[in-house]
Amino acid sequence: MLEALLCVIGRDLRLAMRRRSDVATALLFFVIVVTLFPLALGPEPNLLRAIAPGVIWVAALLASMLSAARLFAADYADGTLEQMALSATPLGAIVAAKVAAHWLVSGLPLVAIAPVLALQFDLDQSLLGALVLSLLLGTPVLSFIGAIGAALTLGVRGSGVLTALLVLPLYVPVLVIGAGALDVAAAGQSSEPHFLLLAALLVLAGAFTPWAIAAALRISLE
Amino acid sequence: MLEAIGLGCVRGERTLFSGLDFALAAGELLRVAGANGSGKTSLLRIVCGLLAPSAGEVRWNGASARALREEYWRRLLYIGHANAIKDDLTAAENLAVACTLSGVRAEPARIGEALRRMGLAPYGSRPCKLLSQGQRRRVALARLHLATATPLWVLDEPFAALDATAVAEVEALIAGHVARGGIAIYTTHQEAHIGAAVAHTINLDEGARAC
Repeated sequence: MLEALLCVIGRDLRLAMRRRSDVATALLFFVIVVTLFPLALGPEPNLLRAIAPGVIWVAALLASMLSAARLFAADYADGTLEQMALSATPLGAIVAAKVAAHWLVSGLPLVAIAPVLALQFDLDQSLLGALVLSLLLGTPVLSFIGAIGAALTLGVRGSGVLTALLVLPLYVPVLVIGAGALDVAAAGQSSEPHFLLLAALLVLAGAFTPWAIAAALRISLE
Repeated sequence: MLEAIGLGCVRGERTLFSGLDFALAAGELLRVAGANGSGKTSLLRIVCGLLAPSAGEVRWNGASARALREEYWRRLLYIGHANAIKDDLTAAENLAVACTLSGVRAEPARIGEALRRMGLAPYGSRPCKLLSQGQRRRVALARLHLATATPLWVLDEPFAALDATAVAEVEALIAGHVARGGIAIYTTHQEAHIGAAVAHTINLDEGARAC
């Protein structure tokens, strides 16, 4: 079983490497959205510092949703998803491997580039660690939740907007806790409770969403 | 080994077939015939467990296939209309992924051999987007060379887009599988000449018919 999961992760990473433009689009979208705010609001340092966590988190959320919406579309179109549904490995485990690969390709780059973007907002250096950690724990949850939306809207016309409507409300707890971690840290308090909550969300999402996604995929395949 | 009991399929408002029974033992071949839209693909998808029948059930060694799940799928090889081939991967990579997913062990040497037998040796290391439709079909069907230990083969239009040599090769593969004691179910529009000791046909045009 482990062999099959590593094979799926390896396949998705290899596909992403051979089609780098798809990976770059989500990352550039993140960079551009974050950059629009300082341009629109003007160079008022206190204002920028105050909105930085929220802006970066909302942009990460939108970028993650955009890339997750297409998570199963290609496999559905070319019949690979049928083969995955008929695999000797449980579909839920294969789905978890696909989400993991998706996060490595689209979530991890966001986490890595976020501290650089934070410079535009003059975010205090001591907060960069909290920013990275909150995104590191939060973006995989976003990938799992986005995958539910992608699975439910598979093969539906206009599925992009529908996925957004389904998924964005479910992102709210992650957004509140993730951005909250930075606000608390900025106020000089410990943001450890927020990180623990994010970690708990990650464990819950990792344990339960793959089975919900697998069930949704089976319905879409019928 | 494989039994279908009272299978019915309703798509939209249309009843494609109902009360369909068949039983296949080791070494038996079943051809599903019928016009376009008569429900051949739906029947195969029901047999695989991709589609829930509106009535009846599929049994494998007496147990419901939908309850066996992975236990059943481990013994099943399904090649559908879609080739399940990624344009950006090479033929060998595609084949390796397909085999790993279906739980078939496939060493690189055996994959190379399977591609060679399907006449794809010169294309093994090129991305599949450079292959023609027929060549892609051959990549998908190359799995048949590797899945010799998988007892149940379900093939939806295996001969579509293939040239005469490839058709003969696939016919020989199916005949060999049945001769080894495997079960094969397939659909086709063209005349196929597959040598099998016990060969059944279900014609969905004439209503559900037991065999």
